[in-house]
Amino acid sequence: MEDIIREFLIESNENLDRLDSSLVELEKSPRDQALLADIFRTIHSIKGTTGFLGFPRLEKVAHAGENLLTFLRDGVLLLNPDITSGLLAMVDAIREMLELIDQTRSDGDKDCSELIETLHQLQNSSSTVGEITVPVCTQQVAAQEVAAPVAAQAVAAVAANQQPAASVQQNERPASTVPFNAQPAQETQLAEEQDVPQAEALAERSGENRRKEDAPVAADRRGGKERREVSSADSAIRVDVSLLERLMDLVGELVLTRNQIIQYAAAQRDSSFLAVSQRLNLVTTDMREIIMKTRMQPMQNIMGKFPRMVRDLALACEKQVRVEIEGQDTELDRTLLEAIKDPMTHLVRNSVDHGVEKPDVRRAAGKNPEGLLKLRAYHEGGQVNIEVTDDGAGINPEKLLAKAVEKGLVTRQQADQMKPHEINNLIFHAGLSTADKVTNVSGRGVGMDVVKTNIEKVGGTVDVQSVLGQGTTLRMKIPLTLAIIPVLIVRSAGHRFAIPQVSLLELVRLEGERSERAIELVHGAPVYRLRGNLLPLLFLRRELGLPSADSAAEIKVEDKKLNIVVLHVEGQQFGLVVDEIHDAEEIVVKPLGQHLKHIAAFAGATVMGDGQVALILDIMGLAKRAHLLSDVKKAVTQDVKLDAAGEEGMNKQEILLFRIANARRTAVPLSSVDRLEEFKPAQFERAGGQYVVQYRGELLPIANLSDKSDLATARDGEDTCNVLVCSIKDAAWESLSTRSLTSPTKTLRLNPAGKTAIPPVQQWYRIRSRTSWTWKLSWESPLRAAIH
Amino acid sequence: MNEKQYCTFFVNDLLFGVEVMEVQEIMSHHRVEPVPLAPDTVAGLVNHRGQIVTAIDMRKRLGFPAAASNAHSMMLIAHCREETFGLLVDKIGDVVSASSDDFEVTPENVTENAKELVEGAYKLPDRLLLPLRLEKIAEIVKQ
Repeated sequence: MEDIIREFLIESNENLDRLDSSLVELEKSPRDQALLADIFRTIHSIKGTTGFLGFPRLEKVAHAGENLLTFLRDGVLLLNPDITSGLLAMVDAIREMLELIDQTRSDGDKDCSELIETLHQLQNSSSTVGEITVPVCTQQVAAQEVAAPVAAQAVAAVAANQQPAASVQQNERPASTVPFNAQPAQETQLAEEQDVPQAEALAERSGENRRKEDAPVAADRRGGKERREVSSADSAIRVDVSLLERLMDLVGELVLTRNQIIQYAAAQRDSSFLAVSQRLNLVTTDMREIIMKTRMQPMQNIMGKFPRMVRDLALACEKQVRVEIEGQDTELDRTLLEAIKDPMTHLVRNSVDHGVEKPDVRRAAGKNPEGLLKLRAYHEGGQVNIEVTDDGAGINPEKLLAKAVEKGLVTRQQADQMKPHEINNLIFHAGLSTADKVTNVSGRGVGMDVVKTNIEKVGGTVDVQSVLGQGTTLRMKIPLTLAIIPVLIVRSAGHRFAIPQVSLLELVRLEGERSERAIELVHGAPVYRLRGNLLPLLFLRRELGLPSADSAAEIKVEDKKLNIVVLHVEGQQFGLVVDEIHDAEEIVVKPLGQHLKHIAAFAGATVMGDGQVALILDIMGLAKRAHLLSDVKKAVTQDVKLDAAGEEGMNKQEILLFRIANARRTAVPLSSVDRLEEFKPAQFERAGGQYVVQYRGELLPIANLSDKSDLATARDGEDTCNVLVCSIKDAAWESLSTRSLTSPTKTLRLNPAGKTAIPPVQQWYRIRSRTSWTWKLSWESPLRAAIH
Repeated sequence: MNEKQYCTFFVNDLLFGVEVMEVQEIMSHHRVEPVPLAPDTVAGLVNHRGQIVTAIDMRKRLGFPAAASNAHSMMLIAHCREETFGLLVDKIGDVVSASSDDFEVTPENVTENAKELVEGAYKLPDRLLLPLRLEKIAEIVKQ
């Protein structure tokens, strides 16, 4: 019994999903008999099974719906928006009950008499179209009077036929004698019904449903393509996903065994054995491919839900939207399908709510009052492209930019230089919405950033194109499958690691002399000059805490070879130094167990061709671990900008170079330096745990950037200390005056000694082919910390 | 009288047991790929017929000193908490039927860590069999 119920639930849920789109479809072509018959069959079989399984409440609802559908099918009634809404409400009610059955094995005790009553009313009232309200089982009732044009057409049709039901039947009858629809049984029945009083006909009909149900199938056998779909449904079976995954694992194992046999066979002379191993090879390859295919599912599974969703949304927003779907058969890995479901739903909502204008606005703009939402999926270059296109208002770049400046996402200067494409992509920033009012559908400014992150999480990209007044296209590019990804295999400290190709930019290999001088240090942080730009470096050994040959050699590079894998993540580039670089390969990604999941540096693991396990590096996690994404990002972009400016001879900044520990060169912008002073050690005094110097009648706090803990003690060969007297642009004072000593004055002490705490490197400069860096002189953090 | 069957193994010369039904198989031939930055108790990853399995170093998990480096350890594959684990042990013992008559709860004088991991003790004729709580063993150790 339990099995039957489960089977019933799965099947019914699938059918209901199809029903949603079928009903919306039917709204467009209300006379489509095949479609009607299909809908009828679904409801009928649900009703039948529920009666058998003993869910009386569900049966009643389904029964009421079925009755209404009978009228539609027989042409007594013509579909109108009210009936559609009523039927959709019924579908929702059934779905709700199915869920309840799934959880509690009972169809609950919620009162559905109102819904049933409405369905009854609908079926008896072809003449009172538009006056019936649908019970609030769904939210789409908000705007009954704004119906989709197709629906409006239907209303008109019904209105034209506003005669007693019998005459409608008369009108319809000639149609049913057309060969395609020829169903003698039904015809005679129609004739009978004309004579029998309405109520009686009703009672009889439910009894005869079974017979009628078969008729369309028979008719189908002769005619169109619909029946091929029916039979394809018969040829499919349901398989547990975990079973498929297990099968996948086993095939992986088979592939490994095959590899070993092939290796073994290569050393053999027995020709029949060679032939057998050859065949094993072919069969295994085929098998692997086919097993991979079992994971693929058509886009239909998510796209099929959109027509209904758009219909409800459009009603709620008082808009008219037509949905066109293309490429439903495009296949995608099921995990990916799951991952893009929410982002895509969001995009569709956005398009309906923000994109498509209201009918009167559209008319005023000379457009078809009915908006068009196009969903398109297609394969391209080993990826799946998914487009959500609307022909609505488009993005207003000025409005968007103004909002972005207002929210402080970009500066006015940046805004002036942005290209249209860049402006449009601002919509992916968190907290930015151009919607004038927040609706329950969208407009809160959260969402697009989430869409972007979710898509990027699965290795995809999302991009927006928009023409003001003509519409917007959002294009997602999704990899075909997550299960198999192309990677680069590298080796460090004897371990193999896989780096996903998505984040890979290029490989740099330096040998001999060059490798020794290649790495420069920016205050201890290794960098490499890649075509003139500084590339921050990470050492994989160090990042993963692997043993290194010895710590000095780590930076010096062993064997005078240097392999840098240049990676990019979130627009930030960095180089990963590894011991060896191996081949590019396609690997099967396996998740890590719960013990290892939390290690940010790894995205998963894989079994290599030789049966060994290799870890897949999570580039983003690695960069985050090394704090590359927060600090250096800014530094590098500033650096690049500064370079560009410098080359054009503009915006040149004068800086003061000085040396601190280890003969490292450091710089501050000259504009922030008042004067250079020399003080004797004896002049330093301690006040409140920090050094001060009496300077021009004021106390000058000293920020000690050397590692000399005791400044006041004179050292051999050091009778003076060099001090930079700087003024600080203090947030409170807003004064940059250098003459007036009332402005807070602070100093940098410049002595060739020791190291400082990790300084916030603000910018990197290349000065006479050497690397220097400047202190951040806005004083927000480092020196303030040093002084206080 | 209630009998339970245990798959037994040795760690640091103590006899431990896991219920037979929880054990999938025993591997003698395996290569453990160490995972950098992993918790101490995780020995690494093992390819178990195409499935990647986390191997737990039972010596470390039970708080014993590390084995001599040349010791060839055995691996017990067990399913627990919706995940398959490999338990690295010193030596595999017999499958033992233990009667609940011989069972006693963990004595008070064992350490807290052990009390959590060990269910109690079966008094076998020649020695004690310590049944392990697999779900506790598989728990992530906070470091």
